[in-house]
Amino acid sequence: MSDINNNTNNKEDKFLAEENKKRTVIGPDGIEFEIDPLKDYFCDQKPEVRDPKNKVVEKFINWARAESLWVLGFGTGCGSIEIPPLLTPRFDAARFGVQMRATPRQSSVIIISGYLAVKTLKRVIRSYEQMQSPKYVLALGSCTINGGMYYDSYNTINRLDYYMPVDVYVAGCMPRPEALLAGFNKLKERIKAGRAEGANEYAEKFDWYKANQKKIIKDWNMPDYNW
Amino acid sequence: MDNIILKLLFTLLGLFIVLNWGLLMSAIMQKIVARVAGRHGIPFYQPWIDLIKLYTKRTAITHGIMFYLGPVFRLGGGVGMFLFIPLIYGSEYFTNFSWSGDLILILYFQFFGMLGMALGAGEGGHPNSVIGISRGLAQFTTVEVPMTLAVISIAVQYQTLSITEIVAAQQGGILNWTLFTNPLATAAAMLSLLGAFRHAPFNLVKAPNEIPIGPPTEYHSSFLGVLRTNNAILHVIEAVLFMNLFFGGATNWFELILKSFLIYFWSVFVGVVFPRFRIEQSVAWFLKVPLVIGILAIIIFI
Repeated sequence: MSDINNNTNNKEDKFLAEENKKRTVIGPDGIEFEIDPLKDYFCDQKPEVRDPKNKVVEKFINWARAESLWVLGFGTGCGSIEIPPLLTPRFDAARFGVQMRATPRQSSVIIISGYLAVKTLKRVIRSYEQMQSPKYVLALGSCTINGGMYYDSYNTINRLDYYMPVDVYVAGCMPRPEALLAGFNKLKERIKAGRAEGANEYAEKFDWYKANQKKIIKDWNMPDYNW
Repeated sequence: MDNIILKLLFTLLGLFIVLNWGLLMSAIMQKIVARVAGRHGIPFYQPWIDLIKLYTKRTAITHGIMFYLGPVFRLGGGVGMFLFIPLIYGSEYFTNFSWSGDLILILYFQFFGMLGMALGAGEGGHPNSVIGISRGLAQFTTVEVPMTLAVISIAVQYQTLSITEIVAAQQGGILNWTLFTNPLATAAAMLSLLGAFRHAPFNLVKAPNEIPIGPPTEYHSSFLGVLRTNNAILHVIEAVLFMNLFFGGATNWFELILKSFLIYFWSVFVGVVFPRFRIEQSVAWFLKVPLVIGILAIIIFI
């Protein structure tokens, strides 16, 4: 584990986008000052565990959360082709309270649909962290479980739950939309039972997840937590 | 003193009814759109569940003071409109705080929420918010033109700026409605209503497939809850405004619910039938037919 964070040393300039590099700026009143965008423009606070307060109230709220699953429209692999049929008359996921949202801020579920390339993993982490707690991860396809047919690929990850807390796995290559609907229902059961505390788990084991993520993402050029 | 408190309580009760009717109405309309597409659609209680979920999210982050105030302004615009529109004609308490110049005030309040939202979403800093806002303001500015012309026309027709008096002038039979006494103003207003409700031909502001979500892209949790609450109120109250101005008002709650449903349904009906306009098309559209009709409606009464 000691070499996990060794890429923090060379994180400085090579991968940083131009607007994120340290630079000197002259303010409107003529005073020069130095800015470090990663520190000054981004919040680098760690996520905190938010415990459910009252059991009875939480049970009711969890029911509401389960019946209103807003899914982030983010397709990572071939599985994303299984998501659009959910909105068609044949499968009609809206019956179950499943709606698609286009922005991570408003979503509560992220579907990792199939294989996850390292490049995509970085974007997935950013999106996942921008979602507001409580948030749930639904992993679709064998690739998220053990790498599936890409188990020995040089640029895909094998196990998703090393990088983010997964609530429900839907196995198959590829699972049909019916399987995805069954996955949603399983996720609902889990939320109603109060066991879908992925966001808290992520906050609790934050260092472990970050270490795993940094081990695989070599060009880490974002803050540790994307608020 | 007691009287004003009683009136306030009744106004709050009216707000509660309007809010719930707005949520139910939006669910019914979504179900109708789903049925047109051959789907079952959401359950009718989905908007309430969404609201509960949004208000009870555990985290919310802010981008600054204006980001907080955006939804507050929006809600202020919606509730402000509600306060000055008479709901039930002839009722002592459900006429809210309608007074002799409320028509002008309502026109102002319609824009108030939009501007507050523009400031708030602007501080959110997301490019899609900014695109959505610039489109929204451009479109709404052109929507206001025929609507204002129609309102001026009926103000000239009835020689008053009080909504209650306009409703009073339309009592005593269906043929007294502005719909029949001033069809041109009604037509101009009903066409601009399509833009005010922002359903399909004119829904580029939120355009889910092009600029995801639009202005509220960065809004989440209880911020979004406030915006949705306001949307429910605003939809009913806009429909009630049109009902009062053009369709004879309402003398009881059943009449209000039926008429506001039909007025809202008009925009959904058009939305289901016609595809989405691009922004320059919708701006140009409002400045053609509705504008000409609106001008004609004024010329007739001068």
